[in-house]
Amino acid sequence: MDLDFTDAELHRYSRHILLQDVGAIGQARLRAARVLVVGAGGLGSPLALYLAAAGVGTLGLVDHDTLELSNLQRQVAHSTARVGRNKAESAAETLAGLNPEVRVEVHARRMDAAAALELIPRYDLICDGTDNFPTRFLLGDACHLLGKPLVSAAVLRFEGQLATYKAHLGAPHPCHRCLHPEMPPDGLVPSCGEAGVLGAVTGVMGTLQATEVLKEILEIGESMSGRLLLWDALDTRFRTVKLRRDPACALCGPDATIRDLSAHGQAPALVCSAA
Amino acid sequence: MGATISIAITVNGEARQVAAGASLSDLLAQIGLDIRKVAVERNLEIVPRSSYATTALVEGDQLEIVHFIGGG
Repeated sequence: MDLDFTDAELHRYSRHILLQDVGAIGQARLRAARVLVVGAGGLGSPLALYLAAAGVGTLGLVDHDTLELSNLQRQVAHSTARVGRNKAESAAETLAGLNPEVRVEVHARRMDAAAALELIPRYDLICDGTDNFPTRFLLGDACHLLGKPLVSAAVLRFEGQLATYKAHLGAPHPCHRCLHPEMPPDGLVPSCGEAGVLGAVTGVMGTLQATEVLKEILEIGESMSGRLLLWDALDTRFRTVKLRRDPACALCGPDATIRDLSAHGQAPALVCSAA
Repeated sequence: MGATISIAITVNGEARQVAAGASLSDLLAQIGLDIRKVAVERNLEIVPRSSYATTALVEGDQLEIVHFIGGG
């Protein structure tokens, strides 16, 4: 690993390098890391800001959406002047201002099955900050099949949840379908656009997500793989519960039936085999 | 003819009585929850949906219904 740092880098990252669990070697690992952030919204904003500030060397940002005024109550990587612009492009500008040492790769496209197969293999770790179940299930399935760790967070109203999935490494790691085997039918679970979300809740969860990403890259502390964090902002109550691998899981179980992304609209013949 | 034996459990912090021998599926049906939008935590551990029917509730079980959320 390249351990040469410029004076500016040593100065910028000095508070990290002081940490025994990070140090110069950890900082070099962050610089060498490639992280894909899917969704440059409420979660993706603080997540990408902290990853960029931390010096994660390459950050991919995926978002097809256009910035709206109603996003700015929580999506703090953007600005009022950029309403109408693509969100991945807007966030990339903010990140470049915060830390020009970081290479930001803008993917101004929808995260569909084709994008998943093209983009996920190019990164070391994937973060789910999306706002809908079809994309969440696509990412969960694709990351498992392509053998990439997934750090996933979700919010609604005053609540947040977070877990890390790396079931491709085998037992005891669970996958996202060990928690929720199937997508909820349309209309059963509201979106933030329907039910609302406190802006600061997305800030906390996106920042927790950034922390877990940094822990995974640095291989420090206790991973959130095999655990689910639940936070209720109104009660100010954090709980961490165990999430075990489900032997009947259709994605990571011994009799798995999900072997490609055909359920997500991708022709089976074009899809990778299980990692 | 004796009364049905019941056991005391806690659901979302509230005390509740269920019939002895009841499964997690029985409880969820009794509450009337659509299981497609929740996960269930029992004594700080998520119960896989595939084992709701075979999970027998025991005295003192602490259950929490975890709502499925997907906002970003």
